[in-house]
Amino acid sequence: MDTRNFTFMFYGFLAAWLILVLYVVTLVSRERRIKQEMKSLRSMIEDRGHA
Amino acid sequence: MREKLIYVLATAASLLLARNLAMIFLHLPDEASQGMIYRIIFFHVPAWWTAMLGAIVALVASVLFLVKKDFRHDSLAVAATEVGLAFLTIGLVTGTIWARIIWGIWWTWDARLTSALICWILYGGYLILRRTVDEPTQRATLAAVYSIFAFVDVPIVWFSIRWWRTQHPQPVFGQGGFLEADMKSTLLWNFLAVGLIGVILLLIRLQQEENLREIDALRRETHAIS
Repeated sequence: MDTRNFTFMFYGFLAAWLILVLYVVTLVSRERRIKQEMKSLRSMIEDRGHA
Repeated sequence: MREKLIYVLATAASLLLARNLAMIFLHLPDEASQGMIYRIIFFHVPAWWTAMLGAIVALVASVLFLVKKDFRHDSLAVAATEVGLAFLTIGLVTGTIWARIIWGIWWTWDARLTSALICWILYGGYLILRRTVDEPTQRATLAAVYSIFAFVDVPIVWFSIRWWRTQHPQPVFGQGGFLEADMKSTLLWNFLAVGLIGVILLLIRLQQEENLREIDALRRETHAIS
């Protein structure tokens, strides 16, 4: 295998996957925040409904 | 149902990616003048195609929202824009890394690269615009109009290499481009793999938008009770 420009090819693949992973991380953290907010709003409505 | 679909698509994408990576690194020969770096093409081009598809979906969903005023279309527009922007970023970054070796420079202000950067800024602006408006109907309407305006740049990016003399090479498919048969088939299979990743992210993001709408409704309910 011709190893010319291996370093930059590695940087290219690394950058592509890193951007994808970062985006997935933001999706996961947003998902967590949304679920938490839904849960707290639902319990707030339930509490007020009982009161 | 949607969750199941996401798992099925994720399995298919993983298998396809494993097969494609084995082809890219173990089977395909090196390119005579570029050495190993030409392999960036297998992610650079599919990332651009996925981004362009995202822009088309966002355009159609935005037009549909303005016509039908259905918030599901607004959710689809924002999900497609955000996922498309992620792939646009991959396309731009991998392109600059490839350019550093092939052209000897990271960046040049030619028509393709400049219009692509403008595209990135426009769609980034779309996401920022959505954060600045609180009222959901107003936000969705403004965003839809903006998205249609932003799409004007997409055909300019696409055709810039045909309309003007650019540093960027001609497309590998169609006029002016040539790719050896094995390389071409691997590239096509990777279009599918990267496209599937795009669809999976779109479905996840779409679910989040629907949950955010539910949060809006729950907030209204708490205000009504108090």
